[in-house]
Amino acid sequence: MEYFDIFVSILGSAIRLSIPLLFTALAGLFSERAGIFDIGLEGKMLVSAFAAACVAYLTANPWLGLLAGIGVSIVFSLVHGFASITNRGNQIVSGVALNFVAAGLTVVLAQAWFGQGGRTPQVPGEGRFAPIILPGADAMRDVPVIGPLYANVISGNNILTYIAFLMVPLSWWVLYRTRFGLRLRAAGENPGAVDTAGISVTWLRYRALIVTGFLAGFAGTYLAIAQSAAFINNMSAGKGYIALAALIFAKWKPVPVMFACLLFGFLDAFANFMQGKSLPWIGEVPVQIFQALPYILTCVLLAGFIGVARPPKAGGVPYTKER
Amino acid sequence: MKKTFLSLLALAAMSTTALAADIKPALVYGTGGKFDKSFNEAAYAGAEAFKKESGTEYRDFEPTSDTQGEQAIRNFASRGFNPVVAVSFAWTSAMEKVAAEYPDTKFVIVDSVVDLKNVRSVVYKEEEGSYLVGLLAGMASKTGKVGFIGGMDIPLIRKFGCGYVQGAKAAKADAQVFQNMVGTTGAAWNDPVRGGELAKNQMDQGADVIYAAAGASGLGVLQTAADNKKMSIGVDSNQNYVHPGSVLTSMVKRVDLAVYNAFKDTKDDKFTAGITALGVKEDGVAYAIDDNNKSLITEDMKKAVEKAKADIIAGTVKVHDYMSDNSCPK
Repeated sequence: MEYFDIFVSILGSAIRLSIPLLFTALAGLFSERAGIFDIGLEGKMLVSAFAAACVAYLTANPWLGLLAGIGVSIVFSLVHGFASITNRGNQIVSGVALNFVAAGLTVVLAQAWFGQGGRTPQVPGEGRFAPIILPGADAMRDVPVIGPLYANVISGNNILTYIAFLMVPLSWWVLYRTRFGLRLRAAGENPGAVDTAGISVTWLRYRALIVTGFLAGFAGTYLAIAQSAAFINNMSAGKGYIALAALIFAKWKPVPVMFACLLFGFLDAFANFMQGKSLPWIGEVPVQIFQALPYILTCVLLAGFIGVARPPKAGGVPYTKER
Repeated sequence: MKKTFLSLLALAAMSTTALAADIKPALVYGTGGKFDKSFNEAAYAGAEAFKKESGTEYRDFEPTSDTQGEQAIRNFASRGFNPVVAVSFAWTSAMEKVAAEYPDTKFVIVDSVVDLKNVRSVVYKEEEGSYLVGLLAGMASKTGKVGFIGGMDIPLIRKFGCGYVQGAKAAKADAQVFQNMVGTTGAAWNDPVRGGELAKNQMDQGADVIYAAAGASGLGVLQTAADNKKMSIGVDSNQNYVHPGSVLTSMVKRVDLAVYNAFKDTKDDKFTAGITALGVKEDGVAYAIDDNNKSLITEDMKKAVEKAKADIIAGTVKVHDYMSDNSCPK
């Protein structure tokens, strides 16, 4: 196998692996920028994966599955909001609690409804998001360099992949070019000022969490009915936490978030490829090194070696209007 | 009040045992869950078969984490269940502890060896079954490249891979076999996304038949193979039906027999402790053929695999066991 083919294959794999991270990290971006820490991203991914798989299995329609995934994820977001905005509870505790609820609830419901040990049945082919072959992909295949890249990396992904990449400029635009975005960022930096201007911090943060739920719903749906064809217990396998790491690594900015997710996805794909193979001069490298890299990079960043990662100032602090 | 209730309960318990003169079997699954379409489901099938035949109820438990196994086994033993069957290598140390504490209870462990007087250890010669499916994979492959995807990176799973490699090379001496493991922790049995991604990776390198020995992660492998019009091989239970026409065959491990025999032998008072190794000869491992994959297995392939089976039984073909020396012949 030529080196270039290997590179293309890893790149394709990296894209597929980074999409759930990208959706989730963007979801986290909205809530954290509004001043709500959300450890519960992992849980939202799980419940939306479960809902999407259930509905797609029953209706054989992926779009209804997506709708269900988003809906359930928003409900979870609102519960988080109720605990941490309305009742001013600890955001970390609420997020962790919701993760446990998600991990347990999905398995119990799946077992009760389908009796397959916490799994949903296989979603039929028409109930999944199928790969889209972009026009000219086959004709381009033989063009050197660009051809394989176009045919195997850019083309042949499912619609959610393209939506994920569209969400990046869209998020940037919403956060930096709209009134809502400006106020949202202000609520995360100085909610007192927002309140003084006569804008409800509570309502603003709730809306941020709805956006979070919306985006996390895409992530779960992607896992369940685009990348695989069923819900399997705990199938998010820690991706929510990696997405949080990517968010921090990207210093809470939408475009760097995309690159961070792509980097983490690439490391994952590279780790998969490197298993059992040896590098020249070095010999066989344990794959765990590559798998641990995202976390190591995040730690290095947080320790201040790659610039300063400064979280939104009011993040994690419930807003109290008056005592 | 409480006392009368308790004594009533005790009386009730005694009377049922007296009436049926029966056994109280219990079954502890591995962490993959009862209906994993694979290993644990086979154990469940064995227990159900016994229940249907004898009418004896059994209790079972699905531990969801590695720490629950010991608790579950001890719980059953302390409440007088006998025999207590635990399937999965993960319960080895738990079994060692609990079986020593309850010398009068009969225990069975599947997939591992516990050297105690009241424990029967059932192990399988997975290398033999994997050899057979490896042979089929090697013959079915058009590219001469086949893949293996294991769940957790443990010697037991390497044993599957090692047998498979030997089988594939027996079919085509220059066959290339890619081997990957999903992970190194228990989570590796439940990560279909990574399983699928590893499968895609192997296909990009040219593999066109991929054998998954990875619990529920294997479902991701089977799915990816079906999506990409390649072939896959299932494991433990017969998984041919999961994607008819894409699953070439399954390496069936008769965990159901181990469970069934454990229950039945206890009932008939013929329970024996010690190690039972089930191979091709004992029908403990086999390749699966049914309506779903009939069209994929040609006459030549069938002949070759039946011959290999006969050779293994006769002893003319020896499949190397990875676990005997922790290495695989190249």
